[in-house]
Amino acid sequence: MIHIDNLSKSFTLHNQGSTVIPVMAGAALEVAGGECVGLTGRSGAGKSTLMRMVYGNYLAAGGRLLVGGLDVARAQPREIIRLRRDTLGYVSQFLRVVPRVPTLDVVAEPLLALGTPVEQARQRAADLLARLNIPERLWSLSPTTFSGGEQQRVNIARGFAHAYPALLLDEPTASLDAANREVVLGLIEEAKARGAAILGIFHDEGARARVCDRLVDVTGFTPQVAA
Amino acid sequence: MTLMETMVATDRPLLKVEGLTKGYGPRIGCAGVTFDLWPGEVLGIVGESGSGKSTLLSCLAGHLRPDLGSIHYDGRDVLAMGETERRCLGRTDWAYVHQNPRDGLRMGVSAGGNVGERLMAIGARHYGEIRGKAVAWMDRVEIAADRVDDRPSAFSGGMQQRLQIARNLVTSPRLVFMDEPTGGLDVSVQARLLDLMRGLVRDLGLSVVIVTHDLAVVRLLAHRLMVMKSGHVVEQGLTDQVLDDPQHSYTQLLVSSVLQV
Amino acid sequence: MTDQAYNFAYLDEQTKRMIRRAILKGIAVPGYQVPFASREMPMPYGWGTGGVQVTAACLVPEDRLKVIDQGADDTTNAVSIRKFFQRTAGVEVTEATAAATLIQTRHRIPETPLTRGQILVYQVPIPEPLRFLEPRETETRKMHELEEYGLMHVKLYEDIARHGQIATSYDYPVKVEGRYVMAPSPIPKFDNPKLSGNPAIQLFGAGREQRIYALPPYTSAVSLDFDDHPFQASKAPHHCDLCGAKNSYLDEVITDDHGGRMFVCSDTDYCAGRRAAGQKGRLWSPEPQEAAP
Repeated sequence: MIHIDNLSKSFTLHNQGSTVIPVMAGAALEVAGGECVGLTGRSGAGKSTLMRMVYGNYLAAGGRLLVGGLDVARAQPREIIRLRRDTLGYVSQFLRVVPRVPTLDVVAEPLLALGTPVEQARQRAADLLARLNIPERLWSLSPTTFSGGEQQRVNIARGFAHAYPALLLDEPTASLDAANREVVLGLIEEAKARGAAILGIFHDEGARARVCDRLVDVTGFTPQVAA
Repeated sequence: MTLMETMVATDRPLLKVEGLTKGYGPRIGCAGVTFDLWPGEVLGIVGESGSGKSTLLSCLAGHLRPDLGSIHYDGRDVLAMGETERRCLGRTDWAYVHQNPRDGLRMGVSAGGNVGERLMAIGARHYGEIRGKAVAWMDRVEIAADRVDDRPSAFSGGMQQRLQIARNLVTSPRLVFMDEPTGGLDVSVQARLLDLMRGLVRDLGLSVVIVTHDLAVVRLLAHRLMVMKSGHVVEQGLTDQVLDDPQHSYTQLLVSSVLQV
Repeated sequence: MTDQAYNFAYLDEQTKRMIRRAILKGIAVPGYQVPFASREMPMPYGWGTGGVQVTAACLVPEDRLKVIDQGADDTTNAVSIRKFFQRTAGVEVTEATAAATLIQTRHRIPETPLTRGQILVYQVPIPEPLRFLEPRETETRKMHELEEYGLMHVKLYEDIARHGQIATSYDYPVKVEGRYVMAPSPIPKFDNPKLSGNPAIQLFGAGREQRIYALPPYTSAVSLDFDDHPFQASKAPHHCDLCGAKNSYLDEVITDDHGGRMFVCSDTDYCAGRRAAGQKGRLWSPEPQEAAP
């Protein structure tokens, strides 16, 4: 489902003397349907960068990055928009939504974008929010006012609202209590069971051990800067 | 139209712009602007004052005639159209939302008359039906039905802007041009309007070209982004990609200059 | 002596020629407002300078002129214009609609049907029917050019929204031959049906606004309306108290301080003609008395 081959990335800081910072070279990995692959490596090694490249958020400098047959490294914006709508979900660590929109609608939005009838989308959103222990009295409020842990769970609910064939998870269990951690791990296992390809970053070693089928250390993708 | 033709029709850009150039004497308004806009897509155009984004929008919407280049809407050559055809397009398939609602509304006409005008312009001649549609659209933009006979001058800025949107969308346009639609509004009102516009874009499958200098607005509203500087498009791509991984020095400067709250 | 001091019908021949060209163009394009170089006339704007110039350009020595104001031949405005042309053109004058070859009017169309060969000249204060909602002349011209007349219905919509019905009762807009929307001058909407298919030539002159427009004989002029609020040529629901006419446009006359009132034909010639033929209204006697308290 996800196929990465010889991927490279560098940042050029035009306003700081055009410094070029190579951050990745020769990255390669594969995630099949129903499989969960965890990225490891020390902080700053490029785990999040790689995830963002898969999502099309960062531009690749070279190589191939196939998601569901589309080469994200070369795709047109509208192809990536379609990919994100139909195929590729992303649970980031940050919740970025229009203020004042009720939580229920924030979670239902990915389904509405696919044309799901409003009632059906809201029902699915309600089920997920209930499962993630977000009190019902908060559903009509904007998540922008929620605590970090609550925002994280809203983000997860949003990411799991549609049964994406491919999922990117960036620290999905961080800042969660044991009960909610268990719910999230359950969601991930269900996604695997229905055949989703999952690429994730898990600092939580217990979670990593439980859901990941393989680990890939991104340190190997760090370019060797001539000393 | 056969199914095949429908499929072909939906698989082509709604708006195709090539090499659009407009000068003011020796000064460049915009130069060599090329892009495609697909059905259901929101394209944000950002840049500082004088970057040419407003000139570009005016050329696209037919308010200014470009010196060079071409604009095709749904396969039709817009610049070759007669004025009758173009203005007809402007009150049916296209809509234009002004920054200042006073420019886009008739302040001396009731809210219902403002919304109904485009219907009457295309031949609606049944008062009851026109009024019914006006009320339905006011409801959709969250203006109470009992305000239908009030003039916009009695409305708040946010309500005026929502009324302007209703007035524009009542004929179910496919392409909407917006010039700083959230400028001049309180932030809380801005959020409400953004949510409304997102919902309308999604539910009606609108294509939108929105000009703004507010990067937070485009991040939430636009699928794609074009960055303009001195009349040229210096960068374009997916909105979050351009904002999070800007490639051009000007975009990097623009993004890093945003004040954080 | 005075008839030697003026060219026939006051205006110099070059001016008449210019105005006649505008009239001919107006007739060729029914309902279209033709700009013309309106002259200073020896009367104030608003007193019919446009109509007077059109009349002057059309008059020939053989004409018989009738001038009415609100339907009456004997009001100040009518009398002064009639005298003006008696002095400057020396044409015959008449109060009888049927006998007149040229009728200048303010605010009415005579009740007696007009016939072929007659000319009806209207005095027009505001020729632009779109002016109510669109103040820019450049824009209204463009709207006429492109037949963008949605705004006219916005005006009628506002009427219904505000008053429950189309409250516009005079200067009611018409669409001419399915093309131009035209202001018929401030005639009551009761008169609108007479605009359409009329055998006479109808000319409209706006002096201050410098516009001339026209309806050639037998031109269609349809009053704008909504399907569910159709046009109605309304009048006061009374009969004329002098001649008993059921279907003529009436003026309401207050007759005392106790609420007494009477309704009389606004068309004085029509009313007098009916009475001469023996028709009687509620309050008519050979020497009309004030209504009883």
